[in-house]
Amino acid sequence: MPELTPEERKNNFAEIPLGYSEETAVLEASRCIQCKKPLCVEGCPVNIDIPGFIKEIADKKFLKAFEVLKKDNMLPAVCGRVCPQESQCEEVCILGKKFEPVAIGKLERFAADYERSIEHAAGAEIEEKKDKKVAIIGSGPAGLSAAGDLAGEGYQVTIFEALHQPGGVLVYGIPEFRLPKEIVDYEIDSLKEKGVEIVVNRVIGMSETIDDLLDNEFDAVFIGSGAGLPGFLNIPGENLKGVYSANEYLTRANLMKAYMFPEYDTPIIKGKNIAIFGGGNVAMDSARVAARLGAENVYLVYRRSREEMPARLEEIHHAEQEGINFQLLTNPVGFTDDTMGNLAGVECLRMELGETDDSGRRRPIPVEDSEFVLAIDVAIIAIGSSPNPVIQKSTADLDTTKRGTIVIDEETMKSSKPGVFAGGDIVSGAATVIEAMGAGRKAAKSINDYLTTGIW
Amino acid sequence: MHIIRSNDLVKPALGKMVVEAPYVVKYRKPGQFIILRIDEVGERIPLTIADVDKEKDTITLYYQVVGTTTQKLSVLKAGDALRDIAGPLGHPTEIKNYGTVVCIGGGIGTAPLYPIARAMNEAGNRVITIIGARTEDLLMLTDKFETVGEETIICTDDGSSGRKAFVTDPLKEIMAAETIDAVVAIGPVPMMKAVSELTREKKILTVVSLNAIMIDGTGMCGGCRVTINGETKFTCVDGPEFNGHEVNFDELVSRLGTYRIEETVSKEKHQHKCKIGLGK
Repeated sequence: MPELTPEERKNNFAEIPLGYSEETAVLEASRCIQCKKPLCVEGCPVNIDIPGFIKEIADKKFLKAFEVLKKDNMLPAVCGRVCPQESQCEEVCILGKKFEPVAIGKLERFAADYERSIEHAAGAEIEEKKDKKVAIIGSGPAGLSAAGDLAGEGYQVTIFEALHQPGGVLVYGIPEFRLPKEIVDYEIDSLKEKGVEIVVNRVIGMSETIDDLLDNEFDAVFIGSGAGLPGFLNIPGENLKGVYSANEYLTRANLMKAYMFPEYDTPIIKGKNIAIFGGGNVAMDSARVAARLGAENVYLVYRRSREEMPARLEEIHHAEQEGINFQLLTNPVGFTDDTMGNLAGVECLRMELGETDDSGRRRPIPVEDSEFVLAIDVAIIAIGSSPNPVIQKSTADLDTTKRGTIVIDEETMKSSKPGVFAGGDIVSGAATVIEAMGAGRKAAKSINDYLTTGIW
Repeated sequence: MHIIRSNDLVKPALGKMVVEAPYVVKYRKPGQFIILRIDEVGERIPLTIADVDKEKDTITLYYQVVGTTTQKLSVLKAGDALRDIAGPLGHPTEIKNYGTVVCIGGGIGTAPLYPIARAMNEAGNRVITIIGARTEDLLMLTDKFETVGEETIICTDDGSSGRKAFVTDPLKEIMAAETIDAVVAIGPVPMMKAVSELTREKKILTVVSLNAIMIDGTGMCGGCRVTINGETKFTCVDGPEFNGHEVNFDELVSRLGTYRIEETVSKEKHQHKCKIGLGK
């Protein structure tokens, strides 16, 4: 797929893959051999009818392709861009054994972008209105998907969002150049057209509790509050000026548009030498935002090797192209300051890989006498995040794990509290958009059963 | 959208805004704060809720006019609107019958102190208030406090009003004369630090309210992190009030200066616009 060159990308936040033309899309779709037993469908976390939508593209029925997608995927324009297809559907594509797998992700993106360009051509079909109300906590992919399905079933749905803009990680976490916000706005407008009410600046659990919601207005609640609690390294100097959690750095840059400061009022430190700690997609996003904000050197510090990095290969590849300096097999020991409370450097230790640990990856072991200092003025900690604890703290009869995730029945998405369902990162810990979306849709089905039968 | 009912400069650089916020009014308890955003390009900033009017569904906010956002706030008029208000946020003050409580307000900290002093009074405490500021122009609510508690002592650093003293001077005197069961101190960080140092030896419970820089205010970014008793806590969800004897004040002062350079850049950009009077 044609992409912006690294030179073109350097100072802007424009999307990189430029999208297929109709001709290219049809050509690529025609490569699919329409397997009788499609492995790609199993490889997809929500079992999209992949050969189905691809056939429609090959037959030039682009809108029909979108409809097939939409049956199983609430947010195809989003997933077509951020899903790790290379480890899901495309990994098991039969063609991939000898040649390149079918570019399923890019075709999904094509169909979704096509529909958006002719605007809402696939009309909303709503069942007759039902007299029950559902509260959705969190407007990230899990909440948005649950809302879409429930509204489609005729329920009155209200989404409560803590921030001032709906979308969750889609707006605060994933940068503009990976997921244009115009796409998220479009999905949200579609929901509003279906009658979904979105209340922003509302932090359920701070004042109003889930019990309040169930007592006063709502017949069921879906918790999709996500994994927004940032993880820190807990090494000396972590509170120096210039040390950010990835959540803070990305929220300033993406949600508050600090990359447009001072036109937008929220500041962000535009460091000259920036180090990002971590190896996942959030670390890649942070590194690539830092590069676009004019840093001279951007280091990606990760304690294992490239093979163990959880980030999408495509994003690692983009990061390398954009000049990010990968310091692999390296662990931070402590931050140093300039005597005025500003970050001046990070003391690091080289690592080597030992035995496999419980995550299935080889454990990093320090290499003796390998200390060195990286001079930096901004550090971004992107080592993972855990479930936001606000709801759990205010709901006594909600079973949770030690990690803070909400315990649910895997089949029904029911929590331990009658009337309350949960899904997405708040259940699984930090994961992907498509998994959250799948959970939201599964919960919506279950909520529909519960509200129809009245049986918990 | 939150309609502004009134917005006045009560002192040259001190604004008082009364704004509609029915949800906040419904749930707010003394000690809590809100996060507001003026418009599409605005930052999110925390301001303590100084008062609520349950009949009019409004909250009262005081703000010191220092940088771009507070500058923008100061020129809004009744009828204008704030785009976003999130809250009430943070833990409310723990109001109990402690016995004798000394409430100390420094500068703009006097605003959130008022409802706390009132609540302490209503809970049966004997309340003594000390209000201080650098100079008379930064003193606030002195008349309101007259109606709360047993005694109100006013001081200014330069003697332009009340006693020429720091708030710690009358506090020292009270500590020498009688038993104090609790102190609540809200104001500039050096003031809260000085009060905490003073009460440390006698182990008087000292509650301070911290004003860390915040973005979301819901515990998801860690920008407002402070060190309490050697552990990292988030001001927005673990505070904003903490035990003054456990707070690393020096670190907080340092972190409050994170955006000195950017603040100047932003100010210059906006001042430039205003002076010329061209464009938006």
